[in-house]
Amino acid sequence: MTSLPEALPGAKKLGLVIDLDTCVGCQACATNCKEWNTSGHMAPLPDHNPYSAGQEGVWFNRVHSYEAGEGEEGRTVHFPRSCMHCETPACVTVCPTGASYKRAEDGIVLVNTDICIGCQLCAWACPYGAREFDDDAGVMKKCTLCVDRIYNETIPEERRVPACVSTCPAQARHFGDLGDPNSDVSKLVADRGGYGLMPELDYKPVNRYLPPRLAPKADAGPPRDAGPLPSQITNPLLRWVDKVLSR
Amino acid sequence: MNPAPSIIFFTVASGAGYGLLFWMGLLRALGHLPRTAGFGALAVGLALVLVMLGLLSSTAHLGRPERAWRALSQWRSSWLSREGVAAVVTFAPAGLFFLAVIAQAEWVAVPAGLLAAAGAAVTVWCTGMIYASLPTIRQWHHPLVAPGYLLFGAFSGAALLAMLAGFWGAATLPAALAAVLGAAGFLLKRAYWASVDAGKPGSTMESATGLGFIGKVRTLDPPHTETNYLLREMAFRIGRVHAQRLRRIAALAGFVLPALLLVLALLSGGMLAAMLAVAAAGLVTLGLLAERWLMFAEATHTVALYYGVGERG
Amino acid sequence: MRYFGDDVQGKTMPADGGATDKIIYSAPIGDEVKTTTCYMCACRCGIRVHLKDGRVRYIEGNPNHPVNKGVLCGKGSAGIMTQYSPARLQAPLKRVGPRGSGEYAEISWDEAIETATGWLKHVRETDPKKLAFFTGRDQSQSLTGFWAAQFGTPNFAAHGGFCSVNMAAGGLYTIGGSFWEFGEPDWENAKYLMIFGVAEDHDSNPIKTGLASMKGRGSKIVSVNPVRTGYSAIADEWVGIRPGTDGLFIMALIHELIRTDQVDGEFLARYTNAPWLVVRNPGGADDGLFARDADGKPLAWDRARGAIPADDVTLSAVLVGDFTLPDGRAAKPVFNLMAERYLGDEYAPEAVAERCGFPAERIRRLAAEIADVAFNQTLTLDIPWTDVWGRKHDKMVGRPVAFHAMRGISAHSNGMHTCRALHILQMVLGAVDTPGSWRYKSPFPRPIPPGPGPAGKGAKPNTPLAGNILAFTHGPDDLLVEDDGTPLRIDHSFSWEAPLGLHGMMHSVIGHAAAGDPYKIDTLFMFMANMAWNSAMNPLETIRCLTAQEENGDYVIPHVIYSDAYFSETVPYADLILPDTTYLERWDAISILDRPIGSSHGPGDAIRQPVVKPDRNVRPFQEVLIELGARLGLPAFVKEDGSPRFKDYPDYIVNHQRTPGVGPLAGWRGEDGSKKGVGEPNQDQLQRYIDNGCFWRHHLAPEESYFKHANRTYLDNAKAMGMMGNANQIVMQIWSEPLQKFRLAAEGHGAKQPPENLRERVRTYCDPLPFWYAPLEQQQHDTDPYPFSAVTQRPMAMYHSWGSMNAWLRQIHGSNKLYMSRERGTAEGLAQDDWVWVESRSGRVKAQLSLMEGVNRDTVWTWNAIGKRAGAWMLSPDAAESQRGFLLNHVISEWLPAQTGPRLANADPVTGQAAWYDLRVKVTKVAPGEEGVTDPYPTMLEPPPHMPEAIDILRYDAGGKTS
Repeated sequence: MTSLPEALPGAKKLGLVIDLDTCVGCQACATNCKEWNTSGHMAPLPDHNPYSAGQEGVWFNRVHSYEAGEGEEGRTVHFPRSCMHCETPACVTVCPTGASYKRAEDGIVLVNTDICIGCQLCAWACPYGAREFDDDAGVMKKCTLCVDRIYNETIPEERRVPACVSTCPAQARHFGDLGDPNSDVSKLVADRGGYGLMPELDYKPVNRYLPPRLAPKADAGPPRDAGPLPSQITNPLLRWVDKVLSR
Repeated sequence: MNPAPSIIFFTVASGAGYGLLFWMGLLRALGHLPRTAGFGALAVGLALVLVMLGLLSSTAHLGRPERAWRALSQWRSSWLSREGVAAVVTFAPAGLFFLAVIAQAEWVAVPAGLLAAAGAAVTVWCTGMIYASLPTIRQWHHPLVAPGYLLFGAFSGAALLAMLAGFWGAATLPAALAAVLGAAGFLLKRAYWASVDAGKPGSTMESATGLGFIGKVRTLDPPHTETNYLLREMAFRIGRVHAQRLRRIAALAGFVLPALLLVLALLSGGMLAAMLAVAAAGLVTLGLLAERWLMFAEATHTVALYYGVGERG
Repeated sequence: MRYFGDDVQGKTMPADGGATDKIIYSAPIGDEVKTTTCYMCACRCGIRVHLKDGRVRYIEGNPNHPVNKGVLCGKGSAGIMTQYSPARLQAPLKRVGPRGSGEYAEISWDEAIETATGWLKHVRETDPKKLAFFTGRDQSQSLTGFWAAQFGTPNFAAHGGFCSVNMAAGGLYTIGGSFWEFGEPDWENAKYLMIFGVAEDHDSNPIKTGLASMKGRGSKIVSVNPVRTGYSAIADEWVGIRPGTDGLFIMALIHELIRTDQVDGEFLARYTNAPWLVVRNPGGADDGLFARDADGKPLAWDRARGAIPADDVTLSAVLVGDFTLPDGRAAKPVFNLMAERYLGDEYAPEAVAERCGFPAERIRRLAAEIADVAFNQTLTLDIPWTDVWGRKHDKMVGRPVAFHAMRGISAHSNGMHTCRALHILQMVLGAVDTPGSWRYKSPFPRPIPPGPGPAGKGAKPNTPLAGNILAFTHGPDDLLVEDDGTPLRIDHSFSWEAPLGLHGMMHSVIGHAAAGDPYKIDTLFMFMANMAWNSAMNPLETIRCLTAQEENGDYVIPHVIYSDAYFSETVPYADLILPDTTYLERWDAISILDRPIGSSHGPGDAIRQPVVKPDRNVRPFQEVLIELGARLGLPAFVKEDGSPRFKDYPDYIVNHQRTPGVGPLAGWRGEDGSKKGVGEPNQDQLQRYIDNGCFWRHHLAPEESYFKHANRTYLDNAKAMGMMGNANQIVMQIWSEPLQKFRLAAEGHGAKQPPENLRERVRTYCDPLPFWYAPLEQQQHDTDPYPFSAVTQRPMAMYHSWGSMNAWLRQIHGSNKLYMSRERGTAEGLAQDDWVWVESRSGRVKAQLSLMEGVNRDTVWTWNAIGKRAGAWMLSPDAAESQRGFLLNHVISEWLPAQTGPRLANADPVTGQAAWYDLRVKVTKVAPGEEGVTDPYPTMLEPPPHMPEAIDILRYDAGGKTS
């Protein structure tokens, strides 16, 4: 059934930690995800009108750009958005067929496209827009957390991470077990005040976002060691006349 | 939310069909309706046709309609699945009811009708809960939504019943019921609109992005320059003026006018009553289509926040 | 294969889709994997290309590659869609209708090469300079430039002239290196980074990785940029400067540092020409030149001994004072001259603040912050090293302030001086190639200037030019001009109009050729340069030039040969199309003779190898060029008996020797592959590269990794590896003597002097010390009606990529808007998504508006090169790129405002760098009914024959059932 699985003892909560402080919006995660997955577990990720008006396709990862705050005090923030692999994902519980499911052993939320009827109710139920409807195949698709990479024994162990993580040039994406408080990702989240999106909806998203680090407010006061004011110096070069610089 | 015609038609048609089935099953059993084969066949038949048209219409919305049967499996967690199961289960007594009223086999028709009535109520409740259970859309995730579906189904069913019964000179009770339900529907809808208008969005661009600690959040660039599935489906926005106008139309045409016509029908009787009931049923249908269209068009999904589409477009 | 569900220790899975979902966990990615080098931009990352059933399954970063270390950006990851683009040209084409009509006939390669050979042979036998050979986004300039010299034409360049020659020239004439391929911040150690300029950078992935590592350490990043996007988005502080005023800001920082005495005098005395004595003889032929001894060695003032050779290790330098040389001439140290200039009131923070767009206090604070890190937070590495004087030091002390600049500061007509000023700021702080500061990338530093002057004088029929066509002028004698000052090159590079035009001036070639200025050409031969669209200033005028006819109906440019892999907007204007392969279908050398992939950790180079077989009748451009070279009988491309010397491009890569032992690739040289840099050709060389992941990298030892300009170990080893001709100290040049020589000529000295109409211009702008001036275009027209500066940048997902028709990338950026500050837009009565006219002195273009916070309030900007001409790149005519995408190029004039005398390129007066960002515009709402489609909207282009049918849906699945 599409009820959520009972938590297995010690089961993992695999997810992503996205560092908004270093993401420069290069779209590497988006296109690398696309190239991995279009020939991957949920293949293909079709593109409509690929060379004409109204080009749009199935993407598991999309990068928004926002501005937060006003003028110079604000920040431009690049914001990748994909499935949060929630602990209580309504996209799973609303599914009438069981196609949408959450894995007990690692928490990955997947769609079995062989039985999905394409009712799209899961898309309505997902607050984060993680559901991607493939209307060519008539079924729902979504981020698999690269389930066909992370356990793939043909890939070197250190590269067994989602494609978006392995390709990110800005080290803005991390992958790991957020259920284990001692994992690297959990420590990173704790150190940096990582947060989940829209906690008020209580989906318990597993993915975490690390907030942009804000620089301390610029001190507009006079600089330290400012030296004499221009009015006090008739010729600053005079100080150099007697200075001798040896090699 | 995108007011997709197939879904609007489905919910209005099946709601009215189940409403009609409900009242037929109940009122007939209680002896308040003609027990002729002709009337029974017409009323139950119309109910079944509306229900089936509605269900067919809803499968048109599916990406893989040939797999629709799979939707019956997840009744333990999914209101959509429950709706499907309830609809399928209801078909058994409803079909039996249909045959029994034609065959004038009252010993079957009465229990089958009552069971069908119960099934109809359950099915419509499930339909309402599909919407009411979605926290992503605050206008749907509202205590009046599922009762509303029940009430509007009962109202439109009663109006249809009044229309049909009018030709048999038996419209009084259904017309009275419909008039009362219409008034109740009007009040419920008013209360609902007042409530959602007063309610604040639970999520904002700031909470959706977690960037509110910096300041007001605005979009700079969307992920893709053209539109996409999510935007079409969930970032539909309707202008405030347009919405208010439609609300008035829905309230007047869908509830007030039909209720008044039905009261007039009650007072006038005879063929005039039947004609008035026909007009009322027609208005109810149009009004509920408008109401249902608004139900979608005014619903705001949290996903739109990521695209900078707030509640007021 | 295993199914995960079976592995969960006997637990039954829930009875949901998971029970039946077939997940193949350990499917091999493909059936084959090959390494090569990415070409989706100029970063040249190492990639691993996984193939399945002969199709590209997945492209990932090569974890062992020194450039990207396993990561890959948004462009590189979208390479599959560039590989399989329907816009790929299918076969050689011959024009059969008028230029621009798109009427072509497919021809055989034999016919194509014979045709080209016929035209070129005639040119070479009569007047070789009538071939203009320009190669856009060429990564094989060591071959193309060499080929041009062998042909005998001086008219060769790639796209550097319209990209970043200001930066290259500014750096190479000042510190013997620059940003981009020439240098990088010390990402591991810098504590403070100031990064200038809009747009992205060749060093795409290393910068991203470097910024992230700096942020991880808590280092401060300050971005000086009119627009807060991309790298600026993650800066700790954004300085939203007005375009074209970076130089002012930098000079104000120098002003503050000198005023407050926060100057690394020792660094200046040891490593720069600050102590050198400059002759003061106003009006004299030696004014402003360095005082030298009889051996030509520059002199400095020693406290005890007076004027002595500046390289004397015992020098006790006095940097300020008026001195009299032994021969009686007056002289002053460079430092004194520099300090006088920047202490001038015009560079005081108060004086520049309004122009730059932020308060003087902020400039003072930033100067104090920089000085604090440089002087109070020095970084010491316990690495012993030996300096050029043979003295051993037990540690390396660094100033951990790094600077980096991107294209923004370069693309102005004051950009060369701005770039030079930035390097002077680095020198004042002692922050050049020290721990924590900016560092040279091998093979830099190079001598200043790096080599002899440009080849191109005395071009004769059937005769190669000796030397490099793109080289370094040291003074007027190196200019390529007639005695009367007329340019020898069609683009006027290395003339008085652009004496340091190191990268040529591709942006003015077609205009000059059409005007016959200074002469008419016969054949225009271009590679990968979209000159009929987004690579041109004023593309419609460029198209007019390409189609201009003589009275007799002949085209003014009689022959146009173009090589491109794709149906770009330029294709329809060529007479002969030589279809190129994609980057995954060919060999290439990222050569140490051109711009290799070295870093501060050591020199390196790389190759591309074919990983996919072409499925069209196309050939790699480089191979075609080598065949043409052989057919034309170019000496280096034929054997003594006249037969081809090289059978193909790989043969050339391995066996070509520019000088004995030096070839395109530096790795695995020598017969057994044991030599680095210099050695005999190794027939196994390419295989060695392939075995190593298609790159070679030499790692510098710790003791040679900093102070390379004065590091004995480094310099000796660099010379041994052939990276430079001598191992002398590279003394950084605050005062630029080559520039002063041009100025002296303008003042009436010497045999070569500028023509009268350019005399004042040369005198003014060839200033040996950087100064700031308003961009030329803005000086020369009334800017009041045009209140906004307008700049462009390419989005990170497309920067420097050839072909934004990529099916995935065009979903991310399929159209572009004009961005304006929200505050300013609102004040002007403009709203989000309004359609507006963007109007400059030379034209107008229609665009849709977007309001934002992070942009200088006097600046508008847009993403460049998204707008396409209808029909081009095999996009349907209704595609967003041609409807709502627009080019700001339409309102950028290629010439400076009208004046007397010859028309001058809208370019830097010293280097010829195209001044894209000097543009001033006004923005007004369109009239009702004008919304919806951009304007200008030139006619639709017709595709060449036999291009693929359009598809409605793309279901790419390599090896899958739907592919």
